[in-house]
Amino acid sequence: MTPSRAVEAFARRHHYRPYEALPWVAAVASYFVFPDYLALGAQILATILFALSADLVLGYAGIVTLGHAAFFGTGAYVAGILAAHGWGEPITGLLAGAVAAAVLGFLSGLVVLRTTGLALLMQTLVVATMVAEAANKASFITGGDDGLQGMEVWPIFGRFRFDLFGHTSYLYCLSALFLCWLAVRRMVHSPFGRSLTGIRENVRRMHAIGAPVARRRLIIYIISAALAGISGGLIAQTTQFVSLSFLSLERSGTVLIMLIIGGVGRLYGAFIGVPLYMVAQNRFSEIDPVYWYFWIGLLMVFIVVFARGGVLGLFDQFQR
Amino acid sequence: MNAPALETRGLHKSFGALTVANAVDFRLESGARQALIGPNGAGKTTFVELVTGALRPSAGQINLDGADVTDLPQAARVKRGLVRTFQITALFRGLSILENVTLAICERQGIGGGLFWPAGRYRAAIEEAHALLEQVGLEDEALSPVTTLAYGRQRLVEIAISLALSPKVMLLDEPAAGVPSAESGTIIEVIERLPTDIAMLIIEHDMDLVFRLAQRITVLVQGSILVEGTPEEIAADPEVRRVYLGERPRR
Amino acid sequence: MVLYLISVGLSVTMGLMGFVNLAHGVFAMAGGYVLTSLMNRFAVPFVPALLGAAVVVALASFPIERLLYRRLYGGEELDQVLLTMGLVFISVAGATYVWGPLQQPLLPPPWLSGAVDLGIDSFPAYRSFLILCGAALVTALWLGIERTRFGIRLRASVDNLRMAQSVGIDTSRLFMTTFALGSGLAGLGGGLGADLLAINPGYALQNLAYFLIVVAVGGLGSIRGPFVAALLLGVADSGFKYLLPEFGAFFIYALTMAILLWRPRGLFGRA
Repeated sequence: MTPSRAVEAFARRHHYRPYEALPWVAAVASYFVFPDYLALGAQILATILFALSADLVLGYAGIVTLGHAAFFGTGAYVAGILAAHGWGEPITGLLAGAVAAAVLGFLSGLVVLRTTGLALLMQTLVVATMVAEAANKASFITGGDDGLQGMEVWPIFGRFRFDLFGHTSYLYCLSALFLCWLAVRRMVHSPFGRSLTGIRENVRRMHAIGAPVARRRLIIYIISAALAGISGGLIAQTTQFVSLSFLSLERSGTVLIMLIIGGVGRLYGAFIGVPLYMVAQNRFSEIDPVYWYFWIGLLMVFIVVFARGGVLGLFDQFQR
Repeated sequence: MNAPALETRGLHKSFGALTVANAVDFRLESGARQALIGPNGAGKTTFVELVTGALRPSAGQINLDGADVTDLPQAARVKRGLVRTFQITALFRGLSILENVTLAICERQGIGGGLFWPAGRYRAAIEEAHALLEQVGLEDEALSPVTTLAYGRQRLVEIAISLALSPKVMLLDEPAAGVPSAESGTIIEVIERLPTDIAMLIIEHDMDLVFRLAQRITVLVQGSILVEGTPEEIAADPEVRRVYLGERPRR
Repeated sequence: MVLYLISVGLSVTMGLMGFVNLAHGVFAMAGGYVLTSLMNRFAVPFVPALLGAAVVVALASFPIERLLYRRLYGGEELDQVLLTMGLVFISVAGATYVWGPLQQPLLPPPWLSGAVDLGIDSFPAYRSFLILCGAALVTALWLGIERTRFGIRLRASVDNLRMAQSVGIDTSRLFMTTFALGSGLAGLGGGLGADLLAINPGYALQNLAYFLIVVAVGGLGSIRGPFVAALLLGVADSGFKYLLPEFGAFFIYALTMAILLWRPRGLFGRA
């Protein structure tokens, strides 16, 4: 390859490809095609953002965490508490949730990111359990077991009311997801994002080229926490309810499941895994919740053993 | 006399009762071509780890170009020009070799943490990376992932990455280890052509390579320096023969 | 103390085998179910039922290890997390299907009920029994791992798998046995602790955090570690709840965090 061709190819890698418009086209189309399911659709969109945030730490930086729900729940509770105590403006509420989650990400990251592997996994779990317990005990603010009551979210920009049918919710979540996705995509292709891949692939090498590894990991952890906080805030605002389950181990676990179904570390795994999971769960839970647990467990075992790359991985193999 | 490019004073490391580096006093002059040899388990790679900062010493001082770097983390030492290659190739396996080198250049230029602009924007960095690949003869495989390259060529990528960091001192940890003899010739040539202002320390078992490349040899045995000298002196030294050269490495 | 009994098995698998086994609670739960079924439905006395629980679970672990876990040794944590989580989910469904959603009651035998009078104070007999079991287990395991050839081979395999294989140690047999040991211990613990940690389908998920915390604080791969951690955490928990009841378990987690900050690998974990 002549110098300019190889360099050109590399330099153009971040350009937008046509297929990247697909999810957005699908999302907008769904608005018109499935008018009865917009509430579920809004949940799916917000959860995609959650999964996307988890993919940043998991798929790109290689930090396996069992406590990501802590950031999700923090964002949800902060946005929810604001709305329940008189400040129902949605966008600032969302930002407040993001900031709170980011602060938690910073503080916990300082502690948790000093280790790797098993020790790190357990520490993320401890942090999440702590936050959940704190929320449980502070029931005078959080509502404890009963959940947060009395949320009143104001219309967006004073005009778009959150109605029962989910029209506003859907578009609200879609816009938030889109903006966040733009930011994430940009970041993933930046030198910072590439260095995360380096950290994941070979940490020793990263140290040996003079990269401030600890700082990078902390930064991505904070960013991911903020995004998770936004997704939690979205769900809180669109359902006008927050409960302790937002902070549970199960929620941390299911986001991992959704990612693995779609494919980890590929930016779009979330877009595939989350809708598949949530729609399936919606269907199955109606029939019999026990069956749901069984089949999803089986699916996970199957994926780990046979289809490690998730749907996108299968797609890759199919192309070859 | 100028300060040596790299110097250790009383560098000591022990794990409990096991001493892996025994109050080592070592000098590497700028522009040097020096080799560190010794039997297996002598502590050569440990020495490299101590010097680069991957391992903290129990005692002693490390000076880089006259400045004390003992308390600096590895990344800071790299920024001052202390660079190493790994005995077992440590590359970013899923990435292309062009990207591997570009990453190093971005770190050197301090743009590795840039969040906003896409990496593709930094043309100068990518072109410099490509030029380095040309220098080691790998430009044809610029976009190939590391895993598709022959092992010998992967070792060349290691060297390219080291060069990308504008080194003043290069520590090459067994650059030809595990490479079939058909490919090791290229590696040796590349090393010979490296700029003469870089101080180079090569750790090697392959004595042909050592005698060809080194102007000075240090022999390390069980964490202590046994003797230092020119290749002729070392080859003639009976102690060295007994401890090390007596066991001819299989090639 | 119940936590110790169950967690030591996890420390063994996670620490010695380096495998993130979130499904450990499943084996404990299975032990609990076997014990209560044997006792309640088949009127088997306590001690034989207990042994039966441990043995059944240990045997059941063989096929699971061979078919599933074995593929992921030395692999990525994420894979192990997801696989074992899948097993947990399957166990929840399976347990509900077979035994129903309600808690299984445990009726301890008469010679263990009531209190034991030791002069200074009287202790609940069952709890004392548990502590004795825990102490006995710590000693037995420590002797077993530190002193026997089995223990040495195991530690060698964990330190350097290839090397151990090349000197002729049958590592797959070894891991299989260790896994069975860890799971059997879990089963035993689950059975013994059925009074304290209720046996119901959600068992593995509900208590997962506790097991992981005990192992994290105690140190992976250590036999004594989880023992000390369980004691420490148990005492601290009672202390905190007595002094500051409004905060509940929060301080325990904060204490755990503090310990992990000071010693990321746990109190007795390997560096």
